[in-house]
Amino acid sequence: MDIIKLPALELGRLIAQGELTSLEATQAFLDRIKAVDEKVRAFLIVDEQGALEQARAADRMLSRGEGRALTGVPVAVKDVLTTAGLRTTCGSRMLHNFVPPYDATVVAKLKEDGLVVLGKTNMDEFAMGSSTEHSAFFPTHNPWDLERIPGGSSGGSAASLVALEAPLAIGTDTGGSIRQPASHCGVVGLKPTYGRVSRYGLVAFGSSLDQAGPLARTVKDAAGLLNVMAGYDDRDSTSIDCPVPDYTAALGREIKGLRVGLPKEFFSLGLDPEVERIIRGAVAFLESLGCEIVPVDLPLTEHGVATYYIIAPAEASSNLARYDGVKYGLREEADSLKEMYLKTRSKGFGPEVIRRIMLGTYVLSSGYYEAYYKKASQVRTLLIRDFNKAFERVDLLAGPTAPTPAFKLGEMTDDPLQMYLSDVFTLTINLAGLPGLTLPAGLTGQGLPVGLQLIGPHFSEELLLQAGHLLEAEIGFNRDHKPPEL
Amino acid sequence: MSISRQEVEHVAGLARLTLTPDQVETYAAHLSEILKYMEKLDQVDTSGLDPTYHAVETKNVFREDKVVPGLTREEALANAPQADSRTALVPKVI
Repeated sequence: MDIIKLPALELGRLIAQGELTSLEATQAFLDRIKAVDEKVRAFLIVDEQGALEQARAADRMLSRGEGRALTGVPVAVKDVLTTAGLRTTCGSRMLHNFVPPYDATVVAKLKEDGLVVLGKTNMDEFAMGSSTEHSAFFPTHNPWDLERIPGGSSGGSAASLVALEAPLAIGTDTGGSIRQPASHCGVVGLKPTYGRVSRYGLVAFGSSLDQAGPLARTVKDAAGLLNVMAGYDDRDSTSIDCPVPDYTAALGREIKGLRVGLPKEFFSLGLDPEVERIIRGAVAFLESLGCEIVPVDLPLTEHGVATYYIIAPAEASSNLARYDGVKYGLREEADSLKEMYLKTRSKGFGPEVIRRIMLGTYVLSSGYYEAYYKKASQVRTLLIRDFNKAFERVDLLAGPTAPTPAFKLGEMTDDPLQMYLSDVFTLTINLAGLPGLTLPAGLTGQGLPVGLQLIGPHFSEELLLQAGHLLEAEIGFNRDHKPPEL
Repeated sequence: MSISRQEVEHVAGLARLTLTPDQVETYAAHLSEILKYMEKLDQVDTSGLDPTYHAVETKNVFREDKVVPGLTREEALANAPQADSRTALVPKVI
């Protein structure tokens, strides 16, 4: 039995049946990390001792008969979620020494269910970026081609799965940061509806956009992990109190007659022809599953990037004002308080974070607020209307996740606008608060994964997973492609 | 929309950042390019439209006003770069 290749729910089943202990499973993944992570660099921190302790606790939980579906199964957590007693850096020098006194609600839920946190995964600093190159510590490499980016900002989480360093991972998504790395690494990633998963302990970037979600190697595993993460939290005032179904229950149910919309705009706007061919191939599988494919219009898609890159930096500039060298993190000593702020912030933040703080401060500043922030927030209203109109005609939307496969490390770092434009198919979903599921649709001629994105109305995660699960079997990505050798 | 070096320095000051002359140059160029791209939004007629600040409707959330355990003072101060037993310390303000 090759533990590291097993799907997470299968691992959970074997552990529950006593065919394997959580300790053995955890040790297998820790060994794998030791063997390959110097090439991939998915992890910022590996918590070997903590993981082994949690594994022993999970084994005790099971022996008391208190196990659940994923008890004892290891998970990698993006370093933007606080972990009590375990350093949480957000990929930033600003928090290089920050040891949170509390667990994020998502992390607390993982531990409650007996999952084992292996460590914290690499990310673009404060989740700002699409490549994980903006980590203050080191870039992560895409296991399919180590010279390429894994996507971002949850690049470490996505790469850890395909490198077989973890069976499950948690990411966060403000403009595509779960779905785009899932697409580039050939794994499954779900951004839930805004409010579905608690943001308590998720270090804030864009508070009206941020959402944590599962990454996994199969749709079923993503559903199992969402079961653990989802739910109302009175410590997050934007968390929504609506029932959490068992997301694995609907898997396997047929989707005949489902109306799936193809937004015309998602098949232009710089879409690479090879990506288009693979996505259209996946759409044909939806058709063969009995779905009705309907062309739809989302005319404001081309204004999404401009809208998002006003709103998200505006929210970020306000959220990141808290890093002042007083309560936590980096502090540069100075004689006056103002000098201390200036020195601390200029040294603690990297170039992309500074760029976004500058942009956000500018669009919120006196004289520009109406022209930029208010204007973008009004366009956001129209974008939402576009989606609402589409969902009157169709049940789900389908399209590409990213316009191109993973690019090479260093290829885009000097051209921030070009990097922003690569988020065109993911960020409107955050602006509208919708759930989006990315799953592997195929490999390009160069052997790079391409992910299909399914988008649904608010709280349609069950339907997205149900459709994704059937589609995954039709596409057969995991059947046809072995994970890359490392 | 082009943004001058002085404007870059002004905005950096508002955000409590100091930039090197090289950085001012780079950010002036990048921000100008990005803001120019954002002029796209002028093509969209938004007259009379309400802005959206949250995409999923929520209303004000109330909870019971009861005491629950929180962080101890020690835990809350554990990460402060400089603190005494009661509070975080900063350079003298007055």
